[in-house]
Amino acid sequence: MCLAIPGKIVKIVSENAHLAVVDVVGVRRKVDLGLLRDEPPVSGDWVLIHVGFAMSKISEADAIDQMQTLKMLGEAEAAMEEVRGYGLENEGQDGLAYGWKE
Amino acid sequence: MRFVDEFRAPELIGKAGKEIRRLADPNRHYRIMEVCGGHTHAIYRFGLKDLLPSNVELIHGPGCPVCVLPMGRIDDGLSLAAQPDFIFAAFGDMMRVPGTHGSPLEYKARGMDVRIVYSPADALKLARGNPDKHVMFFAIGFETTAPSTALTLMRAKTEGLRNFSVFCNHVTIIPAIRAILDSPDMRLDGFVGPGHVSTVIGCRPYDWIAKDEGKPVVVSGFEPLDILQSIVMLLRQLRKGEAKVENQYKRVVPWEGNRAALRAMAEVFELRPYFEWRGLGFISQSALKIRASYAQWDSEQRFSVPGLRVTDPKAAQCGEVLKGVLKPAQCKLFGRECTPEQPVGALMVSSEGSCAAHYNYEHRKPVSIAGAAAN
Repeated sequence: MCLAIPGKIVKIVSENAHLAVVDVVGVRRKVDLGLLRDEPPVSGDWVLIHVGFAMSKISEADAIDQMQTLKMLGEAEAAMEEVRGYGLENEGQDGLAYGWKE
Repeated sequence: MRFVDEFRAPELIGKAGKEIRRLADPNRHYRIMEVCGGHTHAIYRFGLKDLLPSNVELIHGPGCPVCVLPMGRIDDGLSLAAQPDFIFAAFGDMMRVPGTHGSPLEYKARGMDVRIVYSPADALKLARGNPDKHVMFFAIGFETTAPSTALTLMRAKTEGLRNFSVFCNHVTIIPAIRAILDSPDMRLDGFVGPGHVSTVIGCRPYDWIAKDEGKPVVVSGFEPLDILQSIVMLLRQLRKGEAKVENQYKRVVPWEGNRAALRAMAEVFELRPYFEWRGLGFISQSALKIRASYAQWDSEQRFSVPGLRVTDPKAAQCGEVLKGVLKPAQCKLFGRECTPEQPVGALMVSSEGSCAAHYNYEHRKPVSIAGAAAN
């Protein structure tokens, strides 16, 4: 929840709904850009994502650094699990999202 | 040694360590609080303590939202969700946090419809997909997650979605810092300021800590080098007798914060007169409540909430650890009754909780990463 996940905007889905497809290390999910409406990002921009919402624009170098930090913290897998879970994409039959480990 | 190769600029880490030793006055004991749980995790993970002289002590702060949530709120949320046709949706971090009669995951095993979501927007999506059920999103977090909840509520209102509500436990970091500074058993010299909270609130809200309390604040990134540089910046100020707010994490944190996020929060939330924090007690104006204009989507205004107050298990000393008065291992339950596998207190649940961090990185005694890099 407190992870800031770096992603690259690959496509603006809807200007009105502030939705964009973001690529995080090859996983593509929709995230909400509504909190960046003052300076709306465009395709190719890098953003930091918290709980499915882009929270700040960052440079590509900082995005790489942030992914590296997550790796060093042992949180990269949790971050990817979070990203895969956006949009309830991997919700299993039992209602718990994919990747939940006891 | 595993992570040494992944360390960015190990030679700079060593230099920062030396600079800290040079700056720290040997006749003085420094107590520096890292406010954010993410920093606590990083400090333990990288063994940064090993790079600091013994008179520079890091105190772990209250910035772990799971940890500071009193048990009564979990009980309240679960008791609401026990109504027929309710779905209890929350982030994964909440799932193993114990309530009086079990964690959300245990309630799920007993038949409650409990779902993990990774975004409040997905709780809204659940509501759209389950029109015959009520979806309650159990919202937690500081200013990093509160704007997303706010925007989600604005969307729910625009859509007129009636089967969705938020049980709001969002808290704000500044009053917690004030409570800690007001606490008579706490003497601090400065703060490593939270990184991601500050992307939202900016650096100005910390001004009073420098101006009125005379303590320096350095907003910091999360890499080992970031944290060490922040400590260098704090020690430089202390050495010169200065107290100001500095931003070490400029590459991500704008001085003014994120105005759109602050507007969304102001639209949806107002300050609660007071809110109970685990370990810190009731703190005035320290949490967010949903405004009356969004009452329809506020679980507390819409349904009758028991308003439970539950004291923590007697032997657990979460409160003292949260305030930094006790170290995690000084709690009577630490590592015996209370472990990450079987947590009694919330500080053992989240990876950002100081007890879980201490257990995983100190109690199990791994090789110190930073120590190895410095050598």
